[in-house]
Amino acid sequence: MKKILVRENAYYDSVILMLATKALKQRSGIKEAVVAMGTEVNLGLLREIGLLSGEVESAKPNDLVIAIEAETEEAAEEACRIAEEILKKKDHGGGEEGYCPVSLDGALKMFPEANLVVISVPGPYAGREARRALNKGLHVMIFSDHVPVEEEVELKEMALERGLLLMGPDCGTAILNGKPLCFANVVRRGHIGLVAASGSGLQEVCCCIDRMGGGISQAIGTGGRDLQERRVRGRMMLMGIEALSQDPETQVIVVLSKPPSEEVVATVLSKLKDAGKPCVVHFLGRKPSGTRGSVRFSGNMEEAAAMAVAFSKGEEYREGCGTLSEAEIARRVEAEVNPMASEQKYLRGLFAGGTLATEAVALFEQEGFKILSNVRKEPGIALQSPHRSERHAIVDMGDDVFTLGRPHPMIDPSLREERIAKEAADPETALLLLDVVLGYGAHEDPCGPLGESIGKAKAQVAGRGGYLSVIASITGTEKDFQNMAEQKKKLEAAGCLVMPSNYQAALTALHVMRKVTARWM
Amino acid sequence: MDVKKINELFSKELKVINMGLDSFADNLRKEEVEVLHMGWKPPAGGSKRLIALLEKLDR
Repeated sequence: MKKILVRENAYYDSVILMLATKALKQRSGIKEAVVAMGTEVNLGLLREIGLLSGEVESAKPNDLVIAIEAETEEAAEEACRIAEEILKKKDHGGGEEGYCPVSLDGALKMFPEANLVVISVPGPYAGREARRALNKGLHVMIFSDHVPVEEEVELKEMALERGLLLMGPDCGTAILNGKPLCFANVVRRGHIGLVAASGSGLQEVCCCIDRMGGGISQAIGTGGRDLQERRVRGRMMLMGIEALSQDPETQVIVVLSKPPSEEVVATVLSKLKDAGKPCVVHFLGRKPSGTRGSVRFSGNMEEAAAMAVAFSKGEEYREGCGTLSEAEIARRVEAEVNPMASEQKYLRGLFAGGTLATEAVALFEQEGFKILSNVRKEPGIALQSPHRSERHAIVDMGDDVFTLGRPHPMIDPSLREERIAKEAADPETALLLLDVVLGYGAHEDPCGPLGESIGKAKAQVAGRGGYLSVIASITGTEKDFQNMAEQKKKLEAAGCLVMPSNYQAALTALHVMRKVTARWM
Repeated sequence: MDVKKINELFSKELKVINMGLDSFADNLRKEEVEVLHMGWKPPAGGSKRLIALLEKLDR
């Protein structure tokens, strides 16, 4: 039984639509459900699953489509009613203003003192809105992805000419003047300024700084392509460094990026040398190369935070401070490996944060492990299908292939729950390595459902005479609304080893996997 | 490279216009940031042809 409704000129944002879709799919008697706007991509999706018919074919991006396939007519009717109820609640519950202007001009008439525009509209429209905001003299943060690189270059050129910030596209996080924007954690204010071409990486370094007693002056996101893409040429990174070098509150500058393009690295380093302040650099996947003048290179994200905190206090950085003793690591590793069954051989990393996944892949690769991953594109080390793990595998579950029409795993833990069950069903899985990201934007209780699925997975493996090792880290602070201590307790209660940083979680997993590998060689 | 306006922003209170996901506006309010959430919709009913024309006019 199929039921399809179209509501003309009823626009809803992607998060609420995906949450409504998920709520319907979980109902009994529902075979398929889509609550979406009538965009070309969504109409294509509806065609694929056989739910494109009649008036839906002419639906526009401004029209809401509710498409249901159910076992009975009653179930379909009920699902439609529930979808409309969820959306109605949003209409009445969201926002404090009575009237929401639809154009930037209208918004500026109501709020002329605005100084920043945060844009999270669908990618194809984001560039136009950003251009208009820059032309009005406003700083811009673009959360949206799928903005063409040519448009990014054009927007960043405009921002440079006007002396304005253009963070993004695909900028998931920033902290300006102590205020967390989009997906960000609540951290102490202080004297460390950051510019990062990495979302989850910036969150991880900010949280490590907070845990170590340091504070953040500004954390500027540039969008992942700023340093990776030759054509963008690090434009916003260079501007961010310049602004931090002139900011009297910033005493130390930290620069962080996913693997950058070689041409851009030299320009960034030369800019940092002229900054006149101590600088810490971490380029993921590149080995640190010591010190160049006032610029220090860190080996991992936690070390970048530790260096920055030391320098902000006017102290020298001492390597290895704060990490576990060798005896303690050995004890933990023994406890994880001894109860495993002989066929348990492989590492399986399931990550919500792309940079966190990349950091783990880089560590294992440096230590001689061959890791298959969707964060690697090169043949031979790229996973054939990100939906199926092979041998040692680390999967970034925030990748587009997982998030098309579904909420990001930081918002909705169910995608990872399903995958954990899959990995536990594979008798060769020895260890699950996980990340959890707290803060605004993220799920209200990520470790609740995650702890439950870890518990089930461990019981399944124990049932066939093995032991599933689970190691995780939580990127967050005590000030985040999810309550860090409570979240940690939930993972530990499920038998998960929770480490203080993503690097330490990956390092502990490395020690475990070395011992596992030694057993079957 | 002129970054005077960025450094001015660092010394002011953030005042945000939010366009898109309304949860971002809710979160900013929790942090006591003054924010105006727009009732954004795809321009020109989402028609690609009309949007291309609007783009030309903008430039």
